Amino acid sequence: MFQVRIHGRGGQGVVTAAELLSVAAFLEGKHAQAFPSFGSERMGAPVVSYCRIDEKEIRSREPISVPNALIIQDPTLLHSVDVFKGLNPEGYILINSRRSFEDLGIAEFVARFPPHHICDVGATELAKKHVGRPVPNAALLGGFAAISGQIHFSSVEQAIHQKFPGDVGVANVAAAREAFEIATSA
Amino acid sequence: MSKESALQRVKFYQTGTHTVGNRLMDEDSRTVQASMDRSNAITSGHRACQGCGEALGARYALDAAMRAAKGQLVAVNATGCLEVFTTPYPETSWQIPWLHSLFGNAPAVATGVAAAMRRKGRNDVKVVAQGGDGGTTDIGFGCLSGMFERNDDVLYICYDNEAYMNTGVQRSSATPPTARTATTPALGDAPGNVFGTGKNLPLIAMAHNIPYVATASVADLHDLEAKITTAMDISGSRYIHIMVPCPLGWGSAPHDTIRLARLAVESGLFPLFEAEHGEVTQSNKIRRKVPVEEYLRPQRRFAHLFRKGHEDTERLAALQRMADVNIKRFNLLAERESP
Amino acid sequence: MLKQVEGSIAVAEAIALCRPEVVCAYPITPQTHIVEGVGALVKKGELENCEFINVESEFAALSVAIGASAAGARAYTATASQGLLYMAEAVYNAGGLGLPIVMTIGNRAIGAPINIWNDHTDAMSMKDAGWIQLFAETNQEGVDLHIQAFRLAEELSCPVMVCIDGFILTHAYERVDIPTQEEVDAFLPPYDPVQVLDPADPYSIGAMVGPEAFTEVRYLAHEKQRQALQLIPEIAEVFKDVFGRASGGLIHPYRTEDAETIVIALGSVNGTIKEVVDEMRDDGMRVGSVSICSFRPFPLAELKETLIGARNVIVLEKSLAPGLGGVVASNVRMALREAPLPVYTVIAGLGGRPITVASIARVIKGAEKGELPDVQFLDLDEEVVAQEVGRAAETRRSGPTAENILKTLGAVSAGRH
Repeated sequence: MFQVRIHGRGGQGVVTAAELLSVAAFLEGKHAQAFPSFGSERMGAPVVSYCRIDEKEIRSREPISVPNALIIQDPTLLHSVDVFKGLNPEGYILINSRRSFEDLGIAEFVARFPPHHICDVGATELAKKHVGRPVPNAALLGGFAAISGQIHFSSVEQAIHQKFPGDVGVANVAAAREAFEIATSA
Repeated sequence: MSKESALQRVKFYQTGTHTVGNRLMDEDSRTVQASMDRSNAITSGHRACQGCGEALGARYALDAAMRAAKGQLVAVNATGCLEVFTTPYPETSWQIPWLHSLFGNAPAVATGVAAAMRRKGRNDVKVVAQGGDGGTTDIGFGCLSGMFERNDDVLYICYDNEAYMNTGVQRSSATPPTARTATTPALGDAPGNVFGTGKNLPLIAMAHNIPYVATASVADLHDLEAKITTAMDISGSRYIHIMVPCPLGWGSAPHDTIRLARLAVESGLFPLFEAEHGEVTQSNKIRRKVPVEEYLRPQRRFAHLFRKGHEDTERLAALQRMADVNIKRFNLLAERESP
Repeated sequence: MLKQVEGSIAVAEAIALCRPEVVCAYPITPQTHIVEGVGALVKKGELENCEFINVESEFAALSVAIGASAAGARAYTATASQGLLYMAEAVYNAGGLGLPIVMTIGNRAIGAPINIWNDHTDAMSMKDAGWIQLFAETNQEGVDLHIQAFRLAEELSCPVMVCIDGFILTHAYERVDIPTQEEVDAFLPPYDPVQVLDPADPYSIGAMVGPEAFTEVRYLAHEKQRQALQLIPEIAEVFKDVFGRASGGLIHPYRTEDAETIVIALGSVNGTIKEVVDEMRDDGMRVGSVSICSFRPFPLAELKETLIGARNVIVLEKSLAPGLGGVVASNVRMALREAPLPVYTVIAGLGGRPITVASIARVIKGAEKGELPDVQFLDLDEEVVAQEVGRAAETRRSGPTAENILKTLGAVSAGRH
């Protein structure tokens, strides 16, 4: 089983990100379970969502405490919430930021993980460029497909189109593709 | 109707009098009650007290509604006297389909019945919901307001006897000031119910901008039936508030029920009017204006106002002012009598 | 069709396939997505011939359903938590009138203190209202139970509550097979009411019944639940024939044959429990579990038969009877009255507290060592409790417990950093 925890703030599409990831996995014939941290989320408040991906039926309902991957949609959470809690030593970290890990003050911490498992992508800027709104969730999934190898980019693309028909979907896919390319070449 | 033979037909023991709706008048002018063919929605054998205004009011209203709906009527009933006295186990007085659920939900239940009838393609079936003043102005008020706001296709009838009579005469938000009830005893400096409380449900109904609101009295059968008939011709939410004296709760003689209902109107304390979409369209003129005292004195619930040598002139004057305000507000005096 | 879909939306689609004629909607977290979903299907024209009524309260929601059902329409509503309590009077009324209304409960805690997260206190508060109560383990079962519920309700003339865990199921995206309209139509015939408001055949419904007959009326309500014990497995069998998968029924035993310790639970936590059972079985421990699907009627005989060979029975329940302990556990003890086995009560998951694999495993090991207390609160923060008890003992005007505990927790976590 592969377990993903997504951290962000209310309004950044954290719950939708987990949903899209689960749909992408489903489209590949896998079992997936996505669920929110069940808060009464308000705009700007820290929010967590989860996604489990497996080849067989997923039965457990407990929150993910030992994730294989983290997607951090808002770098301002790094020093206010223990986002890295429980992360598998071989885990993946994807951060929405254009700043270096040194700048973010986590260089020492992330150095413990395999280098190609760690990535930061300026997903908010990509979303602004392609979608016109600072919603980084779809772009980050492109980055996640690149670094984790858990899902194909084409599945992410299809999931985004299903959720957002028309131009919005096209724009989000464009943001995701650019993030995928940045993460692949990083 | 295939079941008609099973239903109890009306029998008139008095003919040629004015007692059951002016049978001396020409046929077109007669009331529904004067007809041998009336549905007799609540048949005899029920357990209402002698002189019960609600039993009369409900039968008058439902027989008129049955005629208007050509027999295709369903009635929903809130818990209360009417519900209890018409269905003494294991009998029922209802000759129409009748549903009782709870005290506070009759309007919502009626909404559900109306919705079902629409979905079943039974657009010919009309729905009436009914309750006492407690079930309407207090505990059922939330559901009633919801029904009004959605403009659901239901005629709601409130039989107002100004207190919770079924449970032994406790104050409701329709109880008038100074009235003695079990929870507003005639004790202390301000005996009975206090001034400055209560709600006027017909006006609240009008504030929902529903198509039709009317008040009626068991003392004016022609008017009551005309208003029911008007209401039955309109679709959407309709509200009719009928004053029904209660000999038990009011401490009045059973034979005075109609007289007291008439005095309530003639004093101005219970104005009769109609309103459409929130605007008063018509008010019934008072033919013979009487002082409120004439209405209050025969009722033991107001006896503390008339103690020998200690007549409560102050509160009587306040009650008179309430009547005068109604008379002005609803323009209840005929033109020549208006100031 | 297989879909990756939110639980609430899957339930909404299942409801639409059952062709309800009157649906009443009032929002309450975490149920709201369900009625929103049904409303959207009505607006889009995918659910035809349906009155979708936005009401002013839960009390009105069920009351409208009562009127609609009594007039012969298939009626549905959904609620949770405070909403279920707000309509409590109507819940008993619908049960007493024998109206085949189906209602979803998106299970949630009851305040005070106010809490929007999952537990089973809401459903347990209405366990004796004369409704059938079914608990879904997964969203697939949630979908399937709703389809079965209409058939069950209408065959028995008895309302049915389908309980799905708030957030954990209602807000979870997972794989669900949504049946076709043809399949559902083949399984669920149009509603043909037993008793109906019809001007051509007037009945009085809801009349008063006195001491002369009230006991008999109540006995028949009990008898109806006993009939349901037969009917629920029968309907689950027919369902399996039509849809090709097992869903519903009275109980779901899991690896209980030769099990020494059996964990009993309702709803979605059974998935997590199964993970624990498999892990412990791999370690050679003889552990099994039972998911109770039908809580009302309560399957006494089936439980007894399943539990009889065990040495320990643990009831893990998301409800609490303050002053007694477990609600479900008391019922399970009734099933074992002729076969006295230790029945341990574990109160877990209250107000959304996560129930983890590790905690469940710890409880099972504790039971096997004979170290479990009669009633245990899973993962109780004893330090916080002791502090508040101590504080309250020190001062007469000790203030509100919930707010004090929050203050303590803030202080504790600040102190740890």
